[in-house]
Amino acid sequence: MNGEPIIDVRGMTKRFGDRTVVDHVDLTVRAGEIFGFLGPNGSGKTTFLRMLCGLLRADDGSGTCLGHDVITESEAIKREVGYMTQRFSFWEDLSIAENLDFVARMYDVKNRRQTVRKSLEQLGLAGRKDQLAGQLSGGWKQRLALAACLIHKPKLLLLDEPTAGVDPKARRDFWDEIHHLAGEGLTVLITTHYMDEAERCHRLAYIAYGKLLTHGAVDEVIGNERLTTWSVSGQDLAKLTEQLRARPGVEQTVAFGNMLHVSGGDAAALEQGIAPFRTDQYEWRQVESGLEDVFIHLMDKSKDNSLS
Amino acid sequence: MARFRAMLAKEFIQMRRDRLTFAMMIGIPLLQLILFGYAINADPKHLPAAILVADQGPEGRTLFSALQNSGYYDLVRRVQSEAEGRDLLARGKVQFVINIPENFSRDFIRGDRPALLVEADATDPGTTGNAIGSLSTALNTALQNDLKGPLESLAANDGPIDLRVHALYNPEAITHYNIVPGLMGVVLTLTMILVTGLAITRERERGTMENLLSMPTRPIEVLVGKLVPYILVGYVQVTLILLAARFLFNVPMFGSLLLLLLAAALFIVANLAVGITFSTIAQNQLQAMQMTFFFFLPSLLLSGFAFPFRGMPHWAQAIGEVLPLTHFVRVVRGILLKGNGIGNIAPELWPIALFAAVAMFIAMKRYRQTLD
Ligand SMILES: Nc1ncnc2c1ncn2[C@@H]1O[C@H](COP(=O)(O)OP(=O)(O)OP(=O)(O)O)[C@@H](O)[C@H]1O
Ligand SMILES: [Mg+2]
Repeated sequence: MNGEPIIDVRGMTKRFGDRTVVDHVDLTVRAGEIFGFLGPNGSGKTTFLRMLCGLLRADDGSGTCLGHDVITESEAIKREVGYMTQRFSFWEDLSIAENLDFVARMYDVKNRRQTVRKSLEQLGLAGRKDQLAGQLSGGWKQRLALAACLIHKPKLLLLDEPTAGVDPKARRDFWDEIHHLAGEGLTVLITTHYMDEAERCHRLAYIAYGKLLTHGAVDEVIGNERLTTWSVSGQDLAKLTEQLRARPGVEQTVAFGNMLHVSGGDAAALEQGIAPFRTDQYEWRQVESGLEDVFIHLMDKSKDNSLS
Repeated sequence: MARFRAMLAKEFIQMRRDRLTFAMMIGIPLLQLILFGYAINADPKHLPAAILVADQGPEGRTLFSALQNSGYYDLVRRVQSEAEGRDLLARGKVQFVINIPENFSRDFIRGDRPALLVEADATDPGTTGNAIGSLSTALNTALQNDLKGPLESLAANDGPIDLRVHALYNPEAITHYNIVPGLMGVVLTLTMILVTGLAITRERERGTMENLLSMPTRPIEVLVGKLVPYILVGYVQVTLILLAARFLFNVPMFGSLLLLLLAAALFIVANLAVGITFSTIAQNQLQAMQMTFFFFLPSLLLSGFAFPFRGMPHWAQAIGEVLPLTHFVRVVRGILLKGNGIGNIAPELWPIALFAAVAMFIAMKRYRQTLD
């Protein structure tokens, strides 16, 4: 993916009172890329997206979005961006068709009626177009929101947790659609808390406490952390977890169903740490660290830093 | 019992969090207390009166002091002609014009019962009622001393003078004539401020504001687009009240309705500006509603709509003069009942325009195109 940079910002910062919520974040997203933006709750993802499309004034930072200055030209940026808010933000007392029509008018879409009709058909809601948006189920609201964001043919999509609370099948359809759009040249910046979705992104960034901790393709992100992970299965893993946590070298344990992932940054120390428990009772296997292991590791590390 | 206490505790916590609502819950009763307790007076005294004196005799002076002493009249001006007096009445500068005709003293001494002409701006019967009522007693008592000898018999009959009161604009003292036109301003104030405040805070409360702001719109497009429907609603209200005034209450309509509709436009804009300003402060619809009420209450009570403006103490009148409703009530009453034209209402229009300009400036300054 070597297209021109669509988002190219440096040092983006936002403070609320004396809290720095986004702290000097640099980010480059290239044309046609699906870029995943991950981070724990309250890490500043939504705030960052809002700064990109001019909904919040940045306290510091510079750069371009779609070739326009991200600080001074938000009006031009808004014209070419489709922003899907985290919370459903269409008018619940307007019908589906009325919502789409309103958005189309706001963006001065050519051939408005036709565009809206086509959008309704693609959405599969042509038959229910007169239903009020407020009566839709959560999943359908999400689909309506996406359709509305796309109606003016934006060059950049900013999607804020678009699949929260959506069933697996709908989620998969959603991602197929995103990949299809990216194939046509649309650039997508998407926030999510789902690991499987993170893995479907071309590149990722991970943000915690307002700071960008790592970015790159999935394997780069994993590789950069140099985390060693062992998987263990057997009886009474809860008790084992407790014992392992007290051991030197063991930095984190994460339960995956009947398995436990035990990770540490220092491979040798970790091996020594788990040595006493490598008995017949348990089955141990060294595995490749997954994204989730890495993210939890990053988060714990940054929490330690922010506390000290 | 435990659950009841839990509920109680929760409500108290929430009440304390919503500072503005809490402040209003305390503030509104205080405001009412002050307004009803100190500002409102249903027996207005010291009403401004002009005198037209064509006779220099001593009885004239007796009459002046009698009027002054009654407490109801303040003789603030001397006019040279009846026309000048009428003009002052039309513009609401004075409440009364007292006319002492030529040869008043001579006729009085002769026992010819000279006429004393009192013209009153009786648009609001509540303002003039007591002043007029007290008139004949005050005058007769004052003239008692002059009624010596042969004149004494007059006192027993119809009185020594022929008191003629002309209650102008509303001769039959019909309260509807006064209330119904004023109601137009009251209704507009309440709905325009409330509805704009709600329309904008609703977008914020429901989260649709974020969506709206992410679209390439200018604030002026959003605001004007939002407000125009409510301006139309305002005109529907004006029309309804005018129709009711005409056909249900038979309120006379002497002036130009077109002028009235134009003045209403200015007044509506002033109120919309207040509504927008409130919406930039209020966090939710409830707060917007309370702020509206906080503005509406003094408007209602201090504007001269419900209680005589001239009955209020100076500080209350000063506040009243700032409020657009005060001036609009005068404009509507002036146009409908007095047949005032643009020249006579202009002094009431510019305060509304000034208020609108200042409120609009604050609204625009505070209106944010971003979420912070
Ligand atoms: N308008 C605001 N005023 C004050 N603080 C705010 C405001 N908006 C957000 N914050 C704070 O900024 C921080 C970052 O919030 P943000 O919504 O960007 O997080 P997020 O990464 O999107 O979280 P989530 O994954 O839960 O959506 C939070 O701690 C939040 O409390
Ligand atoms: Mg968020």
